[in-house]
Amino acid sequence: MSYKIIEKRDLSPQIFLLKIVAPAVAHRAEPGQFIILRTDEYGERVPFTIADFDREQGTVTIIVQVAGKTTMDMQKLKSGDSVLDFAGPLGMPTPLENIKKAVVIGGGLGTAITYPQAKKLKSLGAEVTMIAGFKNKESIILSEELAAVSDKLIITTDDGSNGLKGFVTDRLKEELESGELFDEAIAVGPLLMMKAVCDLTKQYNLPTTVSMNPVMIDGTGMCGGCRVIVDGKPMFACVDGPDFDGHKIDWDIALKRQNALKSQEKRACEEGTCRIGRSNING
Amino acid sequence: MANMSNIKNPMPEQPADVRNRNFSEVTLGYSPETAIDEAQRCLNCKNRPCMNGCPVGVKIPEFISLVANGDFDGAYDKITETNSLPAICGRVCPQEKQCEAQCVRGIKGESVAIGRLERFVADYHLNHKQDVPQKRKSNGKKVAVIGSGPSGLTCAGDLSSMGYDVTIYEAFHTAGGVLMYGIPEFRLPKSIVQKEIEKLKDSGVKIETNVIIGKSFLLDELLDTMGYNAVYISTGAGLPQFLGIPGEALNGVYSANEFLTRINLMKGYRFPEYDTPVYCGKKVGVFGGGNVAMDAARCAKRMGADDVYIIYRRGMEELPARAEEIAHAKEEGIEFLLLKSPSEFVGDEKGNLTGVKVSDMKLGEPDASGRRRPEIIENSEHLIDIDTAIVAIGQSPNPLIRKTTEGLETTNRGCIVADEDGATSKPFVYAGGDAVTGAATVILAMGAGKKAAAAIHKKLTAQGETL
Repeated sequence: MSYKIIEKRDLSPQIFLLKIVAPAVAHRAEPGQFIILRTDEYGERVPFTIADFDREQGTVTIIVQVAGKTTMDMQKLKSGDSVLDFAGPLGMPTPLENIKKAVVIGGGLGTAITYPQAKKLKSLGAEVTMIAGFKNKESIILSEELAAVSDKLIITTDDGSNGLKGFVTDRLKEELESGELFDEAIAVGPLLMMKAVCDLTKQYNLPTTVSMNPVMIDGTGMCGGCRVIVDGKPMFACVDGPDFDGHKIDWDIALKRQNALKSQEKRACEEGTCRIGRSNING
Repeated sequence: MANMSNIKNPMPEQPADVRNRNFSEVTLGYSPETAIDEAQRCLNCKNRPCMNGCPVGVKIPEFISLVANGDFDGAYDKITETNSLPAICGRVCPQEKQCEAQCVRGIKGESVAIGRLERFVADYHLNHKQDVPQKRKSNGKKVAVIGSGPSGLTCAGDLSSMGYDVTIYEAFHTAGGVLMYGIPEFRLPKSIVQKEIEKLKDSGVKIETNVIIGKSFLLDELLDTMGYNAVYISTGAGLPQFLGIPGEALNGVYSANEFLTRINLMKGYRFPEYDTPVYCGKKVGVFGGGNVAMDAARCAKRMGADDVYIIYRRGMEELPARAEEIAHAKEEGIEFLLLKSPSEFVGDEKGNLTGVKVSDMKLGEPDASGRRRPEIIENSEHLIDIDTAIVAIGQSPNPLIRKTTEGLETTNRGCIVADEDGATSKPFVYAGGDAVTGAATVILAMGAGKKAAAAIHKKLTAQGETL
């Protein structure tokens, strides 16, 4: 079994979009859920959050940032190529019902994950303020798509090369200070960004949902590698999440766990050989 | 003339100090001559006590007497009348608690080596015979099997041979369930599992990998919109239990499921040829005393650990693992730290595991399970240095189907409630194996698959007659 890529688009030098034919995944996919893919028989099982889906077409879109061996290999894939395995949808959908006014905060690649959430919020009639933060001008992605699903779009860059200069938390603080009354914040991005957002929203008693993306293997609750400490209790990001109440997460443990396996990933990148190209033989 | 030797023909195996550094199979199997010699130890008892010990009712004396006569093909046919996975059962069944425990030869000396003979016959067949796939005439009825472990494979095989159109749904990218992700290569070579699965596919069973029932499709969809007449749930016990002590989120603390899945299913022991890494330190503590604990400990040794400890709160007598696995583990240099119970994992400032605090235990009165209850000895807490911990204290059934299926009764421990035949609280839905019993053995799961297949056939036949 293999899953065909029908669209590959570079969004920035390090970020690209893949639209993949996977009807069994598209069938019940919802915003906030994820898939697990394996490029070929030697590959790792790697989770990616669903960035978009089309049930009629039977397609699922993921947005990928080059971060390690597998994503380096994936960057070389082209439209018409296939990946060997593509399973999902996994995890619980983001609870978006009954939200009237939301602030959605995306950082870097996390912005891609907030897109389907903002899209669904709009379709449910909510007012959406979107704050999207990037490193610099070159790394901005999905600005048109985000504009289409938000009432107010604020783009920031760390170096000020496009949009406002500063971090998403600076803009979020301005919004909150100005007296905007949101009933929910949704933050997706690097752990440190989500932690900073939560530290801020806690001061305003603004309920905040974050999306955790730890290392995992099966995605069905089997390995326990993705455990996150929430309210003092271990939860599995794959089946209990990936979304959690950001004010209850033990961020210190989450950050330390993220560092695990880092040296091995480095070794995989350095010693492992890229197999994309060869994969066309079996895929 | 029976062979009256009081001991089994020994199993050839790799030397312990060689095999504890490779992942090749530990035991090498009988030669035809040894198999015939061992088979001649069987007295062919009229009342066949050994068969009472077999959950799938293999006709043991009959197949053994065929082996004694050198008719290995005949012996294979005899075994497969009731057991579709003999190469697997011959390797992983706890024979000493089942068939061999009932063997008359075991009264004075060692029992007949029934497991080794079963394995010999199955391997001989796999190596010498090309199976001609026998596609049965379809009866036009569809059954979905959820999960492709031993229970699902057995149920699917039996239903397919009765003429059903069977599809197995598997969440992973490879079929085989615990046979692939749990049991290591050195105990059950994956090529053997895949050969058995290929045979099943050749006979007409369809396997859909990467489909998670409860997520991709709901169980109710299988019955309501996808045209299945019945469903068999054999999703196993995949949810790892943790110790629930402080420090369990430190880096270097694994569930046995994660450690074994990385190594077995993802072939992490061949990293970086395969992409999945396995971090395994130099001093490894494995918590638990079952087969999974033995497998994890022996894998850790092979991954290059200097010291591997089995840390178990009861004594040697109470270890639930198969006798052969305990013996092999000892030979390979695994240390058994018995009557010790962990209370806390400790780590450094980076969040990496550096040790475990344990207390000594003593055995008190028997508990509900009949085993003597371990009790803490006051003020005995001490620290053991470890940099990797593997928690192997048990698994519970996966909740994905339970959480997404209305009207499917489960116990407070998450096990699906099913009767003797596997029938659940939901019409046309059957369940068996670890999903019903909690973590048990391959052969019990297979037995449940067989019973459910027969019950599904009975139910669907009766339904057909009333239409």
